[in-house]
Amino acid sequence: MKLIVCIKQVPNTVEVKLDPATGRLIRDGVPNIINPDDKNALEEALRIKDENPGTTVTVLSMGPAQADVAMREALAMGADEAILLSDRAFGGSDTWATSYIIATAIKKINDFDIIFCGRQAIDGDTAQVGPQIAEQLNIPQITYVEELTVSGDKVTARRKLEEGYSVVEAKMPVLITAIKELNTPRYMTPAGIFDAYKKEVKVWGFDDVPVDPEKIGLKGSPTNVRNTFSPDAKGHGMMLDGADRMTVKNLFDRLDEKHLL
Amino acid sequence: MDFNLSKEQLLVRQLVRDFAENEVKPIAAEIDETERFPRETVEKMAKVGLFGINIPKQYGGAGGDDLSYYIAVEEIAKVCATTAIILSAHNSLCSGPILAYGTEEQKQKYLVPLAKGEKLGAFALTEPNAGTDSAAQETSAVLDGDHWILNGSKCFITNGGQADTYIIIAMTDKSKGNRGISAFIVEKDTPGFTIGKLEHKMGIRASATAELIFDNCIIPKENLLGEVNKGFKIAMNTLDGGRIGVAAQALGIAEGAFDEAVKYMNERVQFRKKISSFQGLQWMCADMKCSIESARLLVYRAAACKQAGKDFQEEAAMAKLSASRTAMDVTTKCVQLFGGYGYSREYPVERMMRDAKITEIYEGTSQVQQMVIAGRIFK
Repeated sequence: MKLIVCIKQVPNTVEVKLDPATGRLIRDGVPNIINPDDKNALEEALRIKDENPGTTVTVLSMGPAQADVAMREALAMGADEAILLSDRAFGGSDTWATSYIIATAIKKINDFDIIFCGRQAIDGDTAQVGPQIAEQLNIPQITYVEELTVSGDKVTARRKLEEGYSVVEAKMPVLITAIKELNTPRYMTPAGIFDAYKKEVKVWGFDDVPVDPEKIGLKGSPTNVRNTFSPDAKGHGMMLDGADRMTVKNLFDRLDEKHLL
Repeated sequence: MDFNLSKEQLLVRQLVRDFAENEVKPIAAEIDETERFPRETVEKMAKVGLFGINIPKQYGGAGGDDLSYYIAVEEIAKVCATTAIILSAHNSLCSGPILAYGTEEQKQKYLVPLAKGEKLGAFALTEPNAGTDSAAQETSAVLDGDHWILNGSKCFITNGGQADTYIIIAMTDKSKGNRGISAFIVEKDTPGFTIGKLEHKMGIRASATAELIFDNCIIPKENLLGEVNKGFKIAMNTLDGGRIGVAAQALGIAEGAFDEAVKYMNERVQFRKKISSFQGLQWMCADMKCSIESARLLVYRAAACKQAGKDFQEEAAMAKLSASRTAMDVTTKCVQLFGGYGYSREYPVERMMRDAKITEIYEGTSQVQQMVIAGRIFK
C-alpha cells in the first residue's frame, strides 16, 4: 500500500503566552512541534505499514523552510519519504488555497491508497484542510476517525460523533482524518534520528507543482481576515454551597432570573 | 568554536525530554519512596532504543555520537536520577568496555543484546576493601584449563541483581599489584555467582545497588575481556567514560531542581508578591544558572573530546567534579527556596538533593577527580 500523511508544523500552543498589555500571542521563542492530531495520523499510517510489509509512508507538508525539522521527526518515527511544499508564492494561502496546493502535489505523487490528515491544527483549529483535499481530489473522506481497519481494498472506520459513533466503510483511495483517540503516537528512535538526517527531504516549490498562480497565496484565498482579537473575559462564576432546599431554590431563582429555565 | 548542538543532537534531546516527561517523571517519586527498581522503564527505554545511542549499527546500536548519549542521561536525570544511572551504568560501564576491548565474538554475543536493550549491563570493580584504592582487589581469577575460576565479592554494584551481563574486575596475579588485574564478562545465573545484600541508600533509591558473590564461579576462558593483567587500565578507562555519564546525570539533577524552583518562585506568594520578585532570591538563581551553564560546558566538552578520540581523562574528571558540586549546591539552594515545602516529600526537590550527593561519591569521589586533575598540573 502507498500511504500519504499530511502534517503541519505548529507553535506549541501549550507554551504560547499572552502579552498582558496587548492581549496578543507571544510567539517568540515558542518551540514548534508536529501538530498533535497529525502525529496520530502518522502513527496510524506507520501502524498499517508495520502490519503490511511493503507499505510505504510518505509525509507531506506545506510550510516555511524551518518545517524541515518536523519532516525529520516524521522520518525518525519511521516514515519512508518526506516532501515539503515550500515557496514564497504559497505564503498567505488560506485553507482552500492550501488544500488546492497539497491536492495538486498529491496528484503529482499520483500513486496512493490512503491519505491521512489530523483532524485539525492547534493554531488554526479550522478542521478544513483534510476534507478540502478530499474534495479537490474527488475521493471519499472519513473524518474524526477513532478506529481504523484495512482489509483488501477497503477501509472500515469508526467515527467519533458528539452523541455516539458511526461505522463507515469506504473503498480506497480514501482520505482519513485522525483524532487523538485513534492511537498513541510512537516516539522517534535514536537510530531513526541519525538516519533521518542522512535522507533527503524533497522540497517542491512553485515550479515543481503545476498549480494555477491565481488559485494560491493571498490572491487565491477566499478567506479575508478582517481583525483578530481576544474575546472579552467572561464574568466570574458563582458557587452555591449546600445540598438543602434553600440552596436549590436559590439556584433555580438565579437561573430563572437569567431566563435560562 | 561552535557551541551549538547538531540537528541530530537537538532531536535526540527532544525525544528523550518527551520520553522522560511522559514515562519517567510520573513514577519518579513512587519508585524513590518504595525503592522499587523500575523494570518497566528499562523495557520502555529498550523499545525506544535508548540503550544503544552511541553504539555502532553493526553491534545493534543507533550509530550516534557520544554527546547524544550523554544528553539522554542528562534529560532523564532532570526528572529521575535513578533512571539516569541505570542507563549510564549499562552503557558507559558495560557496553563501553566491550565495545572498546571486546573481540568480535564477544561483541556479537554480548554487545548486540546490550545495545538493543534485550540485556541489562553492570560493572563491578569496588570491593569492601577496594574503594578509592581500587587496585587493592581481593577477588581472584585463576585459569584452570579452558576456564577461569572466580572467587571473592564485590559491593555497591549499580544494576546488581537486575543486570544480565557483568564486567568483573579480578586479580589474576597478586604479585604484580595493579599490573596483575584482569577484566571478565560474566553472565547472571552462572553457577557460583550469586547476589548478596541490597543497599538501602540516601538517594537514587530505586537503583539496584548490590553485593556480588563469587564462590568457585566458573566462566569460559574466552570471557576474558582484553588481555590478561591489563584489566586495571580497562577499568580506569571505563571509569573515565562513566564519569562523563555521572557528570551528565549531576548536570540533569541540577537543571531539574532549578526548573522546579523557578516554577515555584513564580507561583509562591509571600508579602503579597511572588517570591520571584525578591532580588535576594533572584541573585541566588543567577548564581545557580551560571554554575549550571559552566558545568554544562565542561560536560559537553568532555563528551566531545571522547567522541574525537582524544585523551579525555582530565576533561572527564573536571566535568564530574564541577557538575556534581553544582548538583549538590543547586539542589540544596532549591530546597531552601521552597522553604518548608522543599523539605517535604510533596515536592521533588528534596529527592533531588538526596540524589545529588551520590554524584560526588561514585565512579570516583570528588577527591579522586581532584587527584586526577592535580596529577596533570604537577606531572
